[in-house]
Amino acid sequence: MSSAFAAPKIIQPLNFRSNEKPLFDSVKSSPTTSFLGSVQKLRFSSKIPLTSSLNCRSVSSNVFAVSEVVKERKSKSSVSPSNLLITKEEGLVLFEDMTLGRVFEDMCAQMYYRGKMFGFVHLYNGQEAVSTGFIKLLKQADSVVSTYRDHVHALSKGVPARAVMSELFGKATGCCRGQGGSMHMFSKEHNVLGGFAFIGEGIPVATGAAFTSKYKREVLKENCDDVTVAFFGDGTCNNGQFYECLNMAALWKLPIIFVVENNLWAIGMSHLRATSDPEIWKKGPAFGMPGVHVDGMDVLKVREVAKEAVDRARRGEGPTLVECETYRFRGHSLADPDELRDAGEKASYNSRDPITALKKYLTENNLASEADLKAIEKRIEEEIEEAVDYADQSPAPHRSQLLENVFADPKGFGIGPDGKYRCEDPKFTEGTAQV
Amino acid sequence: MAASIQSLCAPSSFSTTKSIDSKRFHGRKVGLLEVRSDNRTKCGSMPVRCKTGNLVTHAVASPAAASTASSKTGHEVLLFEALREGLDEEMERDSRVCVMGEDVGHYGGSYKVTKGLAPKYGDLRVVDTPIAENSFTGMGIGAAMTGLRPVIEGMNMGFLLLAFNQISNNCGMLHYTSGGQFTIPVVIRGPGGVGRQLGAEHSQRLESYFQSIPGIQMVACSTPYNAKGLMKAAIRSENPVILFEHVLLYNLKERIPDEEYVLSLEEAEMVRPGEHVTILTYSRMRYHVMQAAKTLVNKGYDPESGMRTGGIGASLTAAINENFNDYLDAPIVCLSSQDVPTPYAGTLEEWTVVQPAQIVTAVEQLCR
Repeated sequence: MSSAFAAPKIIQPLNFRSNEKPLFDSVKSSPTTSFLGSVQKLRFSSKIPLTSSLNCRSVSSNVFAVSEVVKERKSKSSVSPSNLLITKEEGLVLFEDMTLGRVFEDMCAQMYYRGKMFGFVHLYNGQEAVSTGFIKLLKQADSVVSTYRDHVHALSKGVPARAVMSELFGKATGCCRGQGGSMHMFSKEHNVLGGFAFIGEGIPVATGAAFTSKYKREVLKENCDDVTVAFFGDGTCNNGQFYECLNMAALWKLPIIFVVENNLWAIGMSHLRATSDPEIWKKGPAFGMPGVHVDGMDVLKVREVAKEAVDRARRGEGPTLVECETYRFRGHSLADPDELRDAGEKASYNSRDPITALKKYLTENNLASEADLKAIEKRIEEEIEEAVDYADQSPAPHRSQLLENVFADPKGFGIGPDGKYRCEDPKFTEGTAQV
Repeated sequence: MAASIQSLCAPSSFSTTKSIDSKRFHGRKVGLLEVRSDNRTKCGSMPVRCKTGNLVTHAVASPAAASTASSKTGHEVLLFEALREGLDEEMERDSRVCVMGEDVGHYGGSYKVTKGLAPKYGDLRVVDTPIAENSFTGMGIGAAMTGLRPVIEGMNMGFLLLAFNQISNNCGMLHYTSGGQFTIPVVIRGPGGVGRQLGAEHSQRLESYFQSIPGIQMVACSTPYNAKGLMKAAIRSENPVILFEHVLLYNLKERIPDEEYVLSLEEAEMVRPGEHVTILTYSRMRYHVMQAAKTLVNKGYDPESGMRTGGIGASLTAAINENFNDYLDAPIVCLSSQDVPTPYAGTLEEWTVVQPAQIVTAVEQLCR
């Protein structure tokens, strides 16, 4: 095990009980534990020294946790807006976005159990700080790539709730015309590049989007500083595509941010049981990019780190690997009985609910009143109700839609027995034409 | 001038079914022979009556009028040069076209298809990737979704097995699962097939794996003329296209037109019209078939061989049976390679692949 760990106990590999306490005692996440609750300040030197992995440890004396900064600031002076991390407007935007994500996902669960949506549905409850923290800093032209746990990424990026809900109901008005489903949320308008069912699959796609951004700037000489943010989980960090893309992104200094949503569990596989070195942020410097660990339950901390990473990418300085320690309050999917996770672990993360934390910050710092926040909650609830109604009333896809989007150029279906292109037959896309 | 010489031939399609132009079969007794070099052996044949033909002195028909007109002009190229010309012209024409692959840049491509392109267009338009097929194929797909038109080279088609995740899940599917929002105009190309004792892993024929992926188009080239035309058509297509080249065909020489031309991706090329037997094939087998045709002609048969510049698959036989059962005089015979990893030893390797003599025997049996 790496010596960067403060906690001394080593997990016995043959120990099948996943609720051993050793490495992280999540109840007391003091800043002195290097794994949990600690934040490494990004090193933004333009050249990453070869010994950067060593530097990360030796530099720890210079590193300060953002949470401590906030505490310091608060205790130092009475509250004045200039000391705070956000303004009122920003705070409300963050609050609204996280509430939207939470209420939407809760509604999904309801609708699933009522038989309105089917298949695999993976909910994001508890992880809202990561999505909001990053995506609210992006512009429309920036791209977001996600995994199957993608509803909230799509919502944060701007896809209307009714389009996402319709898609989940499998209706023709869904963002992908009902053809994608829960795990394949796409939006050309908002540059959401998916939604992928196999883990790791989206990372190369994100790398490609970042490549396009660099290509536009350097070959096509356009004024392009679009960045791409790729979200994926701890399980994915053991997959080859992750490493291959870290290599290529660092090699070509692509404008991409790799965001690891480390919620410690890949279905029922604990991160610690699957990974030889569980500190994922350390893998960044190994490829020549900064690696940062941040408390993913705190939207303000995530936002601070995200700001620097996004700015770095926009300046053309290359990729960053950000590991967000977060937690999903529900099971892996709505079909997961979630029996393996320890109740104590769940309780401790529940007490760090990002929305509650932000609410507390806003009210304690007089950025917003309870009434303001209640009004936002009410508005969101109405929006989600309306989205459900919209989805309910939307039509199911017509049969003629069946083969419509298989090929961008439908001549690809070839020439039929009558010598004409198949796509010229108006009934062809129904799949009923004689083939 | 964009010439398409396929007016006479057997049109075909790729995605899940293939088809043959019915006009050719009207009122004629024909047997149908399929020659493929993928790893599936097929059914046998039954005797069938056929007309004995006249002795024909020229076994190979000249290509249709369009290219004979330019046979005195034009320039001679080898097949890999033709591919390069096609690629170069498209890169010149559209600055979004880029190439990605191993050793495509500074090395010029392991089969020299991209030679000279990196000095001309720069390292960002001809990207030397690390050895990570799955990821750089995915990168190409992501780049295509966001506006570029990448040509992804697999150094050997067999290496694309490592990219199968991206090709099957993303390349083929994303246009559909995104509800038509994103197009993936990539071209995935590379040499495949059985070479000269390259060993089993370098001698794979992946057409059969890819042909069941909905959403991609497959083409195979066999002459410098169709190589250049298909390369250009593939790059211009909005669909993801997989272009199969054959390792042994790279050094074929042919005179091709100076003028620009683009071929159709969906039509096949009629190599030699005939009366008695229709032989469908693609890629390297074309040459085996042509050789066999010469022999057959001298024995009194008149074989018609259509080069299908399209995909292959078990469904070809099925589709022909389904649609043209009435027109068939005999069950279709399919000749394909042995179901075996290609052996290294030269003699064994020869027996893996269909040889002209086998084609001749099969035709004679069919026409008996």
